[in-house]
Amino acid sequence: MTTPISRASRPKPQSGGWELATWYLMRLTGLGLFVTALAHYIIVHFLYDPKDQTAQWILDERWGNVAWRTVDWLMLSFVVFHAFMGMRTVISDYTTGGVRTALTMALYLSALVIFAMGTMAVMTFEFPVKA
Amino acid sequence: MLLQYRGSEGMLAWAFHRISGIAIWAFILLHVFDIWLASVNPELYDELLAIYGSFLGRVVKSLLGAALLYHALNGLRIIIMDFWPSMTRYHKHMWYANWVLFAVIGLPILIQIMAPAFGFERPFRFQ
Repeated sequence: MTTPISRASRPKPQSGGWELATWYLMRLTGLGLFVTALAHYIIVHFLYDPKDQTAQWILDERWGNVAWRTVDWLMLSFVVFHAFMGMRTVISDYTTGGVRTALTMALYLSALVIFAMGTMAVMTFEFPVKA
Repeated sequence: MLLQYRGSEGMLAWAFHRISGIAIWAFILLHVFDIWLASVNPELYDELLAIYGSFLGRVVKSLLGAALLYHALNGLRIIIMDFWPSMTRYHKHMWYANWVLFAVIGLPILIQIMAPAFGFERPFRFQ
């Protein structure tokens, strides 16, 4: 049996464990983002115009119900994993040793901060009081 | 580097995927920050919004859309080859198909975003 080697992307890790899980999760979150991120881009640029999107607009048109907030939080989870683990691949391609370790740790820390900030926004954003 | 190296479609596809990925990552940092700002200081966020709606803002958003659409389409191409390795034979065909989809999907969105910057009405109306 031949081992499938991908030339276009990161080769599938043969070791199993966390690296293999990450390889699958990159593809899974990628598919998730194909739907959620493209839809998000089309909503805020094609259906609506960027100049109208004040904080009040977010409240009225986007985050007025829990379902949209859930979808956007799901998108946040996908993108934090996908973007930061993608950057980890970039870092490990161009650096070695202590520099790689330091940059990777800084990357993980910033991922946590971004995830916390996004979660805070989606959960604490004022809810509309509809008359 | 891109022009000197003897790279063909596969190498360009990889390079564009990496460049667009890093660009999108950088935008995500900004975008999560601005939404966080909207939740803690709506007035300041509304001021930031003026930049997003400006001419330069629209150009940057169009470039972001291009990076996003390329990365999404090429990502599907990668997934196809990862899970169906025999499809790797058609990797160039799929790359050209991606550019056709890129143009067909991207052009109407580009026109919709840039029209106000040139003083035109947005051509597609939904409200």
